[in-house]
Amino acid sequence: MIISTSIILFYVVSILVIGGGLGVVLARNIVYSAFSLLVAMIGTAGVFLFGFSEFLALVQLLIYGGAVVIVIVFALMLTKIEDFRNLNDNDQWPLAVMISVALLAVLLIALFGSPIESTLGSGVGLRHLGKTLFTDWAIPFEIASFVLLVALIGTIILVREDEEENP
Amino acid sequence: MIDLVHFQILSISLFCIGVYGFMARKSAIMVLLSIELMLNAVNINLIGFAAFSDFAESTRALGQVLVIFVITIAAGELALAIAIILRLYRNTKSINIDELDSLKG
Repeated sequence: MIISTSIILFYVVSILVIGGGLGVVLARNIVYSAFSLLVAMIGTAGVFLFGFSEFLALVQLLIYGGAVVIVIVFALMLTKIEDFRNLNDNDQWPLAVMISVALLAVLLIALFGSPIESTLGSGVGLRHLGKTLFTDWAIPFEIASFVLLVALIGTIILVREDEEENP
Repeated sequence: MIDLVHFQILSISLFCIGVYGFMARKSAIMVLLSIELMLNAVNINLIGFAAFSDFAESTRALGQVLVIFVITIAAGELALAIAIILRLYRNTKSINIDELDSLKG
């Protein structure tokens, strides 16, 4: 009984993810796309919970739901939205449909031909995750923080430069 | 019950949706949102393998560590790309990527 309940919940969050993704690429109004992205991100956090990674679900909610969508909505507010509110698809959208459907077919064939077998799911544990992150992966972790610093400085310089040229 | 295959099919579907949006939309911000969708598809795949594969525990912890790195780089990339798009809009008054072809030569 518990197993069937969990798989129903998994289908619910999967529908959230796929529906949000389709809303992102199909919505005509770009603001609706941004909020569809929020729905997809919340669904992804739910999927992470089914993958026994509670910490990453929380990180996903905080960073994507809290930061990324806010940044995108701010960018939409800072540009004049009437200019591109109704930008349609470009002329090559049938080609895009063909390519993505072909990619889907290839990936599904590869998936069902692969010998990887699934086991009973089990979590990693936050303690083990932290130990791995700060011993084996400490140097990539520091480099990632440096990359974030560089991105922050680059963003500030890119946005501010105009005011310095002609104040 | 929930299986590795469920995670993989969800990940593949989301990735193909992202590929479609990446190629079919005109607005630069929409292209950026599609890239975020594709990164999320990769994250779902990594979480699926971290939870449902029969590797050793240190290898499965590596899957979650990779997800942390992907989220970090995605956040930095998004902030930088939004700054570039704002800059582009200020210079050319347009974010239609079909019109931004002055480097074509």
